[in-house]
Amino acid sequence: MKMTAIAGAAALAFAMASATVGFAEEAKKTLPNGTDITPANMENGRWYTEDGIPTYKLEEDGTIDFATFSGYRRYSAECHVCHGPDGEGSTYAPALKESVLRMDYYDYQEIVASGKQEVNTASNMVMPAFGTNRNVWCYVDDIYIYLLARGMNDLPRGRPAKRGDKTDEFTAQETSCMEG
Amino acid sequence: MKYLLKGAGLALLLGTTAAYANDGLMAEIAKPEQWAIPTGDYANTRYSTLDQINRDNVKDLRVAWTFSTGVLRGHEGSPLVIGDIMYVHTPFPNNVMALDLNNDGKILWRYEPQQDPNVIAVMCCDTVNRGLSYADGMIILPQADTTVVALDAQTGEVKWSTKIGDPAIGETLTMATMPVKDKVMVGISGGEYGVRGRVTALNLADGSEAWKAYSTGPDDEMLVDPENTMVLGKPIGADSSLNSWEGDQWKIGGGSIWGWFSYDPDLNLMYYGTGNPSTWNPSQRPGDNKWSMTIMARDVDTGMAKWFYQMTPHDEWDYDGVNENILTNQEIDGVERKLLTHFDRNGLAYTMDRETGELLVAEKFDPAVNWTTGVDMDPNSETYGRPAVVAEYSTAQNGEDENTTGICPAALGTKDMQPAAYSPKTNTFYVPTNHVCMDYEPFRVAYTAGQPYVGATLSMYPAPDSHGGMGNFIAWDNVEGKIKWSLPEQFSVWSGALATAGDIVFYGTLEGYLKAIDADSGEELYKFKTPSGIIGNVMTYQHGGKQYIGILSGVGGWAGIGLAAGLTNPNEGLGAVGGYASLSDYTELGGQLTVFELPGEPAAN
Repeated sequence: MKMTAIAGAAALAFAMASATVGFAEEAKKTLPNGTDITPANMENGRWYTEDGIPTYKLEEDGTIDFATFSGYRRYSAECHVCHGPDGEGSTYAPALKESVLRMDYYDYQEIVASGKQEVNTASNMVMPAFGTNRNVWCYVDDIYIYLLARGMNDLPRGRPAKRGDKTDEFTAQETSCMEG
Repeated sequence: MKYLLKGAGLALLLGTTAAYANDGLMAEIAKPEQWAIPTGDYANTRYSTLDQINRDNVKDLRVAWTFSTGVLRGHEGSPLVIGDIMYVHTPFPNNVMALDLNNDGKILWRYEPQQDPNVIAVMCCDTVNRGLSYADGMIILPQADTTVVALDAQTGEVKWSTKIGDPAIGETLTMATMPVKDKVMVGISGGEYGVRGRVTALNLADGSEAWKAYSTGPDDEMLVDPENTMVLGKPIGADSSLNSWEGDQWKIGGGSIWGWFSYDPDLNLMYYGTGNPSTWNPSQRPGDNKWSMTIMARDVDTGMAKWFYQMTPHDEWDYDGVNENILTNQEIDGVERKLLTHFDRNGLAYTMDRETGELLVAEKFDPAVNWTTGVDMDPNSETYGRPAVVAEYSTAQNGEDENTTGICPAALGTKDMQPAAYSPKTNTFYVPTNHVCMDYEPFRVAYTAGQPYVGATLSMYPAPDSHGGMGNFIAWDNVEGKIKWSLPEQFSVWSGALATAGDIVFYGTLEGYLKAIDADSGEELYKFKTPSGIIGNVMTYQHGGKQYIGILSGVGGWAGIGLAAGLTNPNEGLGAVGGYASLSDYTELGGQLTVFELPGEPAAN
């Protein structure tokens, strides 16, 4: 389960990287470290950058794409008991809305899949591996883009007020991941 | 001399001690100069007869000494004092330190368990530990990884060690154990991981298992007698749990036990509550999900259930039923009754007859509670004992993928496990509470062993149209079912209370204040800001003829998750200014014991 899911994600990323469709009229959106996160293409109901990295899309009227909304829900169910509400951090786990601005997408994926430990005299921090947890792994990209949107202040705290519709492609991909 | 006489009086009050095997612990608990059991006494009153510190002089309280635990996570529970030694515990890695009260707290011995740190990852809400217990010359340590260790109280040497659960499937241990007679009782945490809750009784002599009682499943595994175990005056009947779940869901059904135990020596019964059913998505588990959310009364020798009462059938909000059950003897309608009082997460305070399980009072202890209009108190009604659910706030009726808004209380409950106190002088309960509401959106999740099994998102905010804070400290009349007075607090009160014969009540706050208030009026008489937010329980003891007050600081736990970041308030314009304020603006991580005293030598008694 873990291996196939990771391999699937990598294959998808490769496919997207070779795609050439673009939205030239979109204003460029970049992270503080210079990474371009401008949405370029949609695949299976999720937005990707030209480099094939998942990203969010915020309409001018404040509507956020469905995958980012999905990320809000899954984050709030799976991550928030340690990392705090809305990616804000807790007394014992870092604020992920900040972390995703520093680490790249593949580092993020690796930590979610394999977990992380910092156990020493000053710290007792342990994050479990979620690579085999479908409630997390089927939505790993959604959670990532949700945190990006939070970190970039494109999404306020709490439940996103306006969201795009759930597409049939998104539902089909979700069903195949959760039941596959 | 005065306090010695009082101790003798208390022992007399407890009466039947001599008839039981563990006379030792009963005698130790009866000495008011000690804090020999985490709950203050078996009845969980958290009341001390010490009265050197009283409503007139508490304003002069000062710090006597402090001690750093060396760990910076949430510090729940309190130290014990047995004889001249204080026993201090820490969150994971669950170190134990024995401090010599005759020698300025010099460390007599230290126990540092080696645990697989992977257990941290399956602790739902911080690496808390609610404390040690004492019996037969041993300190009983409950470790996060579900190992129960008995240490020689004088040397720290390991006498026995028993693992009662498996962290690989999300089972952990956070509660304090309760020694009774020749056994020690211990529960299991993991309601957010789909564990199967249970109480295990270990033999104090060698740590071997004496009996085990599950919260869900077949009658013989729940130690239930279909004819003689009672529910609201009627026999429980066969397969009561199996019939209340779909298929085998009871196997991952939760009902974990992580609050406090109480015990009545005369009835030979122990009492505790069970936690939420797994998952948080009610649509995924049709039925009443018995016996999650239930107060249980069991024979301590055999574990056999005497009576059950389920407070929140088919939970839709994560209102765990684990809070403490406080045992008192009080008059109702001119008749002396053996009562049990329980302040539930669901916002209702229950007063029951602890011998029979009869429901006497069920009333809201925060007026903000809105998910129910109240409990059906008519014994002839089909829905006797059930809360009437308000459709607007029913996350089950609104269904999966629907965001149900404005539910009060929030999932952390009107009160969580932070224990209340009872003073027989004022006949009043002193209750730390939350004043927080929520939006709750359940959705479908898959079960994976050892992984979170939650299935809902929620956002929390201070109760609307109120004082803007997230907590209250209240005085409660359990016979009338009424709030006597209520002190607004900016943050949830996440600290256990202490009432004393000095006519004062102590509690801690999340900003870090230790507060003393007048037991009659609630007037604040003293406060002191400790180094970190308080989620520990206030305790008292006397040493060298002088009374001390002790409290652990170290913010964290459930409170540290939501409150460190500040709660959201999606309802614009409610003016909940206090609610927006982040706890992180007031306090930082810590791990410290602060001990208070009055200046000078104790007045000659």
